[in-house]
Amino acid sequence: MDKPHPKRKRSRQRRDVALMVTCLADLMRPSVGFSAIRLLERAGCRVTVPEQQTCCGQPAYNSGEVDAAVPVARAVIEAFEPFDYVVVPSGSCAGMLSHHYPALFEGEWHQRALALSAKTWELTRFLTEVARLPAPRHKPLESAVTYHDSCAALRELGVHQQPRQLLQEQCGVQVSELSQNQVCCGFGGTFCARMPEISAKMADDKLDNAVASGATIVAAGDLGCLLHLSGRARRRGLKLEFRHVAELLAGDPRGPGIGEGRE
Amino acid sequence: MKLASNEFLQASSAALLEEDKAQRRSLIGQFLPLARDAAASAYGDFDALRAHMKRVRRHTMTHLSHYLEQFEEAAVQHGNQVHFVANAEQLNSKVLSICQAHNARRVAKGKSMVTEETGLNELLLKAGLDVLETDLGEYIIQQAGETPSHIVGPALHKSLAEIRQLFLDKHKLGDRELETVSEVVEEARGVLREQFLAADVGIIGANALIAEHGTSMLVTNEGNGDLCANLPPVLIVCTTFERVLPRAEDAMALQRLLVRSATGQPQTCYTSFYTGPRREDDVDGPLETHIILLDNRRSDILASDYSEMLDCIRCGACLNHCPIYIGVGGHAYGWVYPGPMGSVLTPLLTSLEQAHHLPNACTSCGRCAEVCPANIPLPDLLRDLRQDESVQQLKPARWRNGLRLHAWLLRHPGLYRSLTGWTISVLGLLGKRRGAFRRLPFAGGWTGQRDVPAPEGGGTFMRQYAARRRRGGKRG
Ligand code: SF4
Repeated sequence: MDKPHPKRKRSRQRRDVALMVTCLADLMRPSVGFSAIRLLERAGCRVTVPEQQTCCGQPAYNSGEVDAAVPVARAVIEAFEPFDYVVVPSGSCAGMLSHHYPALFEGEWHQRALALSAKTWELTRFLTEVARLPAPRHKPLESAVTYHDSCAALRELGVHQQPRQLLQEQCGVQVSELSQNQVCCGFGGTFCARMPEISAKMADDKLDNAVASGATIVAAGDLGCLLHLSGRARRRGLKLEFRHVAELLAGDPRGPGIGEGRE
Repeated sequence: MKLASNEFLQASSAALLEEDKAQRRSLIGQFLPLARDAAASAYGDFDALRAHMKRVRRHTMTHLSHYLEQFEEAAVQHGNQVHFVANAEQLNSKVLSICQAHNARRVAKGKSMVTEETGLNELLLKAGLDVLETDLGEYIIQQAGETPSHIVGPALHKSLAEIRQLFLDKHKLGDRELETVSEVVEEARGVLREQFLAADVGIIGANALIAEHGTSMLVTNEGNGDLCANLPPVLIVCTTFERVLPRAEDAMALQRLLVRSATGQPQTCYTSFYTGPRREDDVDGPLETHIILLDNRRSDILASDYSEMLDCIRCGACLNHCPIYIGVGGHAYGWVYPGPMGSVLTPLLTSLEQAHHLPNACTSCGRCAEVCPANIPLPDLLRDLRQDESVQQLKPARWRNGLRLHAWLLRHPGLYRSLTGWTISVLGLLGKRRGAFRRLPFAGGWTGQRDVPAPEGGGTFMRQYAARRRRGGKRG
């Protein structure tokens, strides 16, 4: 739903985009948020970061505390209503907004949830299907990269080829595919803490496949998966670097990877 | 079957340590999805077939009493005796009384999850009958004194070496090699065939009940169902009412979905239709046939928000595609039905209280729903069950309170930001050198198995962003 808000005048090319930072990027990996802003601006968007945002409410929702998630969803709907597009650097949060919010409501709020759903985009999909990035200005990446598809991105949003295409165009990288790349990494929100051993086994399978792919960088579009995988890799002493795809695309993964120190 | 679903956590931890079995499971998890995908794409528009079946199912369920009456009427006309039973005990005692009325000594059974559900074998054995499972997988686990680990391949958890040893121990057939799969199968075949001939009663399940003809359909790969159905003088079909479909062509649509989803075959070796006892000029067939239709809370499910679960055709695809099932195996689920379908069915057929861990054994990855031929939204149903778990206060209180407090905090951005801003800055500083923590207070669930990556440093995004805006500098 591409509907300009009456109070905002939209210049001809500039798209009015609200960035939903996501709680994990806010708390654990701010550079994902800053990279997303840079990418969106490069793609010709005017980016706003609505101040009222916190988190999409998935932890409560997925754990069955649905009544606690409903007011959170309302707050998100209100915070993002004034914008033409909502872009999210996470498949699972974008999936929450676009697939699960409408199911939480009836009547007027259902309509409002549908309107939000229609304008919500996962970052890489937005950058390939709505606002295209110009040719890159940075050097091609020299490391071998593998990509982990988060389940929500893959199955709820149909995001699979988009990040690969962007990595190719922007970083000159051909993704070294994981075998079993359709399989969940075992994060699953609170699942990873309620059933830690099964979750770790799933992470191990994923990490073994990552090592076997020959890549040194594991990229993904969801910080949940990345924190879980990097935490497990650290515990196992694996030498893999974990990065959100936005960091790679923005062209300056300067600091340490996720879970790495500055020693 | 004894219910042990509340031991899921312990049982799954134990299962993860069995390396040999875990490796076989992981092969199943790799091979069967490939086979299913190949079969589905070779079919053509498999999704259209799924959608068609969904409509047929929904239609049937909304007119259930009509189709059940039609089925019963047609079946009785063909000479079957049809019995509706409310629960496991009633099914078991009905079967027993039929056996007793015929002075039966030996019962030959085809594969039937319904009788696993009711624990029929146990009762019949107690009553002094010989009960022989004739499906190879069921036969193996019966000999081993185990329970099924998969709804399609009940003995998938056993290696060839284990089965070989089991047969060497159980079959008194003297010295022999028994090295290859075909030798093992041949031996089972020989042993079983003798027993078929001696059986007084045959018991089988059904994949579909065809209302227009009063016929039941059974899909197998071994042909043992036919022998159970045709050799003994009495046949009992044990099934549940939601197997009913209006027409024969609906059963065929179901069959097409079932075999491709279950094993990736375009066709199973046998698809059999049973219409009733032997007629005057038939050369063989049972003299008396019974069809027992079990409810066992299915009427309640039908009336609930979980009614779609009754569309399940027991193909097992959701098991094969579930990384948790593949990780821990079927026995950890503690009852007849494992994997995603079992995590929905077990709480509904028993009680949530006795199985409340199962709906949590899910990352909502959605792979099961993607392949389920019945288009059952399994992750949604599991989430709904987690909601019921919370409403019924079965969840650990600290989890529940923690999540609710967190959700409350999310609606108070000012407070949320000052709390997170402070915590994250401190953690960022503490974790700066190593980049991750091995332990953190209140994070035991996470740190038992993994480090906690430290926040990137510099404070939260929101803090840094606000600071940059204040400075009026570039945001990027
Ligand atoms: S829930 Fe779906 S995939 Fe699972 S066994 Fe039933 S029909 Fe098959």
